[in-house]
Amino acid sequence: MNARLSGGLIDRSKPLSFTFNGRTLQGFEGDTLASALMANGIRLVARSFKYHRPRGIFSAGSEEPNALVTLGTGARAEPNTRATMIRLPEGLVARSQNHAGPLGFDLWSVNDLAAPFFAAGFYYKTFMWPRAFWEKLYEPAIRNAAGLGRLSMQPDPDSYDKGFLHCDLLVIGGGAAGLAAALTAGRSGAEVVLADEDFRLGGRLLAESDPLDAATAADWVAKAEAELRALPNVRVMPRTTVFGVYDHGVYGAVEEVSDLPGAPLRQTLWRITAKRAVMATGATERHIPFRDNDRPGILLAGAMRAYANRWAVTPGAGKVAIFTNNDDGHRTALDLQAKGVNLLGVIDSRAGATPFGDYPIFAGGRVTGTSGRKGLRAIRLSWNGREEELSCSALGVSGGWNPNVQLASHHRGRPKWDESRLAFLSHGGPEGLLPAGAAAGEGSTAQALASGQAAARAALEQLGTPAADTPLPQGEDRQIRTEAFWHVPGKGRAWVDFQNDVTVKDIKLAHQENMRSVEHLKRWTTLGMATDQGKTSNVTALAVMAELTGRSIPETGTTIFRPPYTPVSLAVLGGGDTGKDFRPTRLTPTHHWAKAQGAVFTEVGQWMRAQYYPQPGETHWRQSADREAMAVRSAVGLCDVTTLGKVDVQGPDAAEFLNRIYCNMMGTVKVGKARYGLMLREDGFAYDDGTCARMGEEHFVVTTTTANAGLVLRNMEFARQCLWPELDVTLISTTDAWAQIAVAGPRSRELLSRVVDDFDLSTEAFPFMGCAELTVCNGCPARLFRISFSGELAYELAVPARYGHALMQRLMEKGADLGVTPYGTEALSILRIEKGHAAGAELNGQTTAQMMGLGRMVSVKKDSIGAVMSRREGLAQDGRRLVGLQAVDPQQAIPAGAHLLATGAAQTMANDQGWVTSACYSPHVGGHIALGYLEQGEARMGETLVAANPLQDQQIPVRIVPAHFVDPEGDRLRD
Amino acid sequence: MRFSGFKVVKEALTGHRGWKPLWRDPEPQGHYDIVIVGGGGHGLATAYHLAATFGQARIAVLEKGWLGGGNIGRNTTIIRSNYMLPDNEPFYEFSMKLWESMEQDLNFNAMVSQRGILNLCHTDAQRDAFRRRGNAMLLAGADAELLDQDGVRAMAPFLNFDNARFPIKGGLLQRRAGTARHDGVAWGYARAADQRGVDIIQNCEVTGFRIENGAVKGVETSRGFIGAGKVGVAVAGSSGRVMQMAGMRLPIESHVLQAFVSEGLKPVIPGVITFGAGHFYVSQSDKGGLVFGGDIDGYNSYAQRGNLPVVEDVAEGGMALMPMLGRARLLRMWGGVMDMSMDGSPIIDRTDIDGLFFNGGWCYGGFKATPASGYCFAHLLATGRPHETAAAYRLDRFARGHVIDEKGVGAQPNLH
Amino acid sequence: MLIPHPLLGPRDAQEFTYLGDAALMQRPDPQAGEAAFADYVFQRDNPAGVHRELWYHEYGDRSWLVVTRDTTTHEILGAKLARNVKMGLPE
Repeated sequence: MNARLSGGLIDRSKPLSFTFNGRTLQGFEGDTLASALMANGIRLVARSFKYHRPRGIFSAGSEEPNALVTLGTGARAEPNTRATMIRLPEGLVARSQNHAGPLGFDLWSVNDLAAPFFAAGFYYKTFMWPRAFWEKLYEPAIRNAAGLGRLSMQPDPDSYDKGFLHCDLLVIGGGAAGLAAALTAGRSGAEVVLADEDFRLGGRLLAESDPLDAATAADWVAKAEAELRALPNVRVMPRTTVFGVYDHGVYGAVEEVSDLPGAPLRQTLWRITAKRAVMATGATERHIPFRDNDRPGILLAGAMRAYANRWAVTPGAGKVAIFTNNDDGHRTALDLQAKGVNLLGVIDSRAGATPFGDYPIFAGGRVTGTSGRKGLRAIRLSWNGREEELSCSALGVSGGWNPNVQLASHHRGRPKWDESRLAFLSHGGPEGLLPAGAAAGEGSTAQALASGQAAARAALEQLGTPAADTPLPQGEDRQIRTEAFWHVPGKGRAWVDFQNDVTVKDIKLAHQENMRSVEHLKRWTTLGMATDQGKTSNVTALAVMAELTGRSIPETGTTIFRPPYTPVSLAVLGGGDTGKDFRPTRLTPTHHWAKAQGAVFTEVGQWMRAQYYPQPGETHWRQSADREAMAVRSAVGLCDVTTLGKVDVQGPDAAEFLNRIYCNMMGTVKVGKARYGLMLREDGFAYDDGTCARMGEEHFVVTTTTANAGLVLRNMEFARQCLWPELDVTLISTTDAWAQIAVAGPRSRELLSRVVDDFDLSTEAFPFMGCAELTVCNGCPARLFRISFSGELAYELAVPARYGHALMQRLMEKGADLGVTPYGTEALSILRIEKGHAAGAELNGQTTAQMMGLGRMVSVKKDSIGAVMSRREGLAQDGRRLVGLQAVDPQQAIPAGAHLLATGAAQTMANDQGWVTSACYSPHVGGHIALGYLEQGEARMGETLVAANPLQDQQIPVRIVPAHFVDPEGDRLRD
Repeated sequence: MRFSGFKVVKEALTGHRGWKPLWRDPEPQGHYDIVIVGGGGHGLATAYHLAATFGQARIAVLEKGWLGGGNIGRNTTIIRSNYMLPDNEPFYEFSMKLWESMEQDLNFNAMVSQRGILNLCHTDAQRDAFRRRGNAMLLAGADAELLDQDGVRAMAPFLNFDNARFPIKGGLLQRRAGTARHDGVAWGYARAADQRGVDIIQNCEVTGFRIENGAVKGVETSRGFIGAGKVGVAVAGSSGRVMQMAGMRLPIESHVLQAFVSEGLKPVIPGVITFGAGHFYVSQSDKGGLVFGGDIDGYNSYAQRGNLPVVEDVAEGGMALMPMLGRARLLRMWGGVMDMSMDGSPIIDRTDIDGLFFNGGWCYGGFKATPASGYCFAHLLATGRPHETAAAYRLDRFARGHVIDEKGVGAQPNLH
Repeated sequence: MLIPHPLLGPRDAQEFTYLGDAALMQRPDPQAGEAAFADYVFQRDNPAGVHRELWYHEYGDRSWLVVTRDTTTHEILGAKLARNVKMGLPE
């Protein structure tokens, strides 16, 4: 175990236990998993993706490429979690991943020995022979070796939520720049949201030893946080990662609400709409590739400093060295030294570099190699013309800093190279997103504070809010000089992208094979495609490619980032709308009544509808459906048809408006009558049908199919507002306002007569297709339509939705002696197939009025939507027609979806003559029947064809009959 | 240079010094017999087939940026031939057969992986529609199987069978479907075309067409005028912009489709699975990332990026169907610009301008069509006649009423 | 995205349903013939840049709006009630 250093922002009075690979270890409150592992002397924590190289902790932040672990157990196991970002809770269970056998003896590490065969792009060049071996042999082997962690394969048991926030200023990042921005805007009274991915505000300030004014940085941060939290107009959100920038100032963020198993809420997805935002996201340190630079114990120098200052740990028990091309590496040396770490010295790539304190410096030196299989033991130093091996347990590497400009790229803005800073700065970023602090290349504390404040002031000015005077503390203001030294040339493998095992050699090979554009380089080598998205590798790789092509970095290309900034769980993106809550559930007014009757329900869009009502003794749904259908044919049945769309159309021009909406004449319908209507799309195809009832001179009620209720209203509103606003007509959906019950069957009139109040139901007074407003059950307002879907004498009775349940009960009660029977969607379907009425399968958006046998409905006397295009050659010449089909052997079911072929014809597309749309067993016919579309169907009555269903190895002989299996003359419904 | 396992071993042992550029970077010549505008999958496949199948020479492919940088490099890599309509299914089945021999044809491993596609159904009506489609596939010589719930459970036991808002009733399975490595397809065609003498000219943006007396004479580019006997345009996502330079309006809108990939995971998803009650489909790459997507954003866009509501919608679909994905993390999301046509089907046709040919309107299904699209476009360019499987993909089919509308939603591109 | 509804102020685009080019408001005269209708129904300018387009406030007040938006940046330059646009009325 490494001894803890002094100080740090850990609470030594609150020890915490956790396990790593089954070993119980101790940390303190304030630790991350990474710092706690380090404090326990654990260096080997992971294996790399491709070569399974031993890896340790490399960074102290969200850029971590190496230290990915699986957290938790059972259904809560969470793979690929960055140890550097996990706040250590009591009882944390962590395991390493992606190895076969123990972490220390990973069998897959043979890949490392075979590395020469696995050079960039090798798999595009081999595994092609024999052909069948790819799926059977090569690919499964590759797939098993690839991947990182493992999913539990159990449903995620935790809860997630989503929320919306609106603010004047969103401050992204709670470091020096972010705090200065939030304080400035907060004191000015602006609505501010301050979000930071860390569990503690302060950002890089927490990792440094410099004071702010006279206080420690941590004390100043605590004071600033307290002030912000006290302001009612500021919302402080630690552990909240702003992961993406979307249009019009919308930012996506994820808040880690709780990391405790079984907490009521685990994460929240926030959609934050901000008038302005400050991108105070800091900077990420680069490394410098050299031979074998990936061993555990080699870290980013700035991370090493953070571990020492914030967590009081050091990654090695022995000597520590720094390899740098800039001044900031020296700062780490000084801080480590101040903490009593045994410093080997600073290897500075710059010839003539001088130390900033009392430690050895190797100016102009290079690290050219390392040793130590599972942890660094020694480095190879090339200096002053000599090569020597120096024993060393940890090495900090500093190659300069990359501003974290990712968010500014999310609208595809391309960062621009700044030669003076040797870094890409944001360019052409989303409107309203203002970079500040290290993210804008302003790296010293003083610069960061000032630029954060300046960004907030700029935002306030744009919003017209006067900025309150906000004094800033005094912070360090070092100038960091950096040399453009990108990698140490030489033999061996020097890693650029650690997680995906991409080396300088791979980049050279990509160059050699003409994969030179940045995108080709990335895709050929997989560089920057790992879970860290190239945060520590992209710019370095670009510099190496620039060197190879002899061009400058900006000439070579730039690198663009896509959301999310760091990976986001699918569960939180779903926001909890899963399982039964995936979509809203709409219940009909009689749902609870039907449920009490034991109905089985089915999903119809968002609605739940009664499918059938099984009675004692019925063991198969068809027994129930057949009984229900027969009850309608012989007595009377009740079906809740509330789900059909209803649109109230009112106004002086209502009749003219409907003439233009329906393909058939609708304006001539008399008051008190209804008419069947067909709607076309403007492209001439049919898309919806229903009835249109004229309740008054200027008042119509339009019904639509259940599926198209929303679409029809939308299209009618389009016609009303966008095509013919001069027509004086208004529309309102009343689908949910009225409960509507179909009362169908020869005894329906008798049943209805028992509930209507003083209403003459005789055919003379209320004929087929009649409609009326009336009252029922002693004063309940109602609408009655004499329309029929089944072909029987039938009505639909509508009452205000809240009376639907009671009406159903009353009708059941009053009709008991008449044999009244509730029926569900199965019987409904049987009845309409028997009658040859089109439903969804026939009216599927690909068919025309003509195909349905309704060609003459398309009026030529008036204009209507779709009329002109319905006459195009391709539609007019289409010879397919709706026909009835009867199984030659009545007991053979006709599968819907079978294709119609001539008997004995080969089963080819050329012989395809049509298809079966809907099918059922008809209790009325006493055999299986179907509807279908058939080439020249009208002219082929009596012909026998095959309903071919090769998918299920069926060939069913069927006879073509008219699509009316019951009462073709329509006497019953006019009775 | 031929690629082979032997070559890989030899190079490994000799320090990889023998690998050559996959393609040249030639300077454009003044005139070509055939110029293909667009160095994406379809353009490169067209050039390859012109040279390799139809014996044409003096061919150039002009690419605005880097080859393979359009939708071939930003799709979700699915290949399938599970269409219903007779004007579509033979074409996609032809494409499937070309996929099956692609690696040998191109001497490049594009990782064509026939791990199957399973389309789930959640209602009886959906199952009936799948039956119609599956039978159409079989009639066209493709493969299809209809699974019941038990069949689906056996293949994908991790799906939500117990707590679903829309229970899984079954599925339509095409075993020969699967995925391919999208970039590899572009590179394979580019390398094979280059080897056959095609000039692939990157960073060469077409800025106009030179049209004289109703015939195309060549293209103006950012690298000067390039004369051409025939010009074939295959610039999915930019079709509107490019054809406008020839004075043409198209039955196409440009829309953005987002795609997503998760962090790498050990094998989870066997093939491709699509949700029938929400917008979600998923497969898993050989590297272990879940590759998934859903619906287009729904508004005209050339911006190659989308918005959060669709991200949430896709994640909801994923969680509803596969609740075990909850702790998988989204790693990267991006957008591609789709040519959404008025009936959801593509166009491979000549135009009213002599010598100018157009290939586009692939909606979000262009990747699987890449080999056949290249073959059929090359056929048209070389012979002047449409290939039999692509004969219906005409520009005038809308005016004539011969639309190919698999979904039955009509002339509203964002619904296809 | 946020749509600046002329009556209701900025509203989340998720409340809206998108249709397409505002040219769809210019339905040809019924006598104009098939070719004119084919052009109206199927052909689009599809500009990369400023686009006048129709959005329907389906989960709101059911207004159809003509929104002017740049298809390359998604920037919205304005929104009007389609009814007023069609009738040539001021805002």
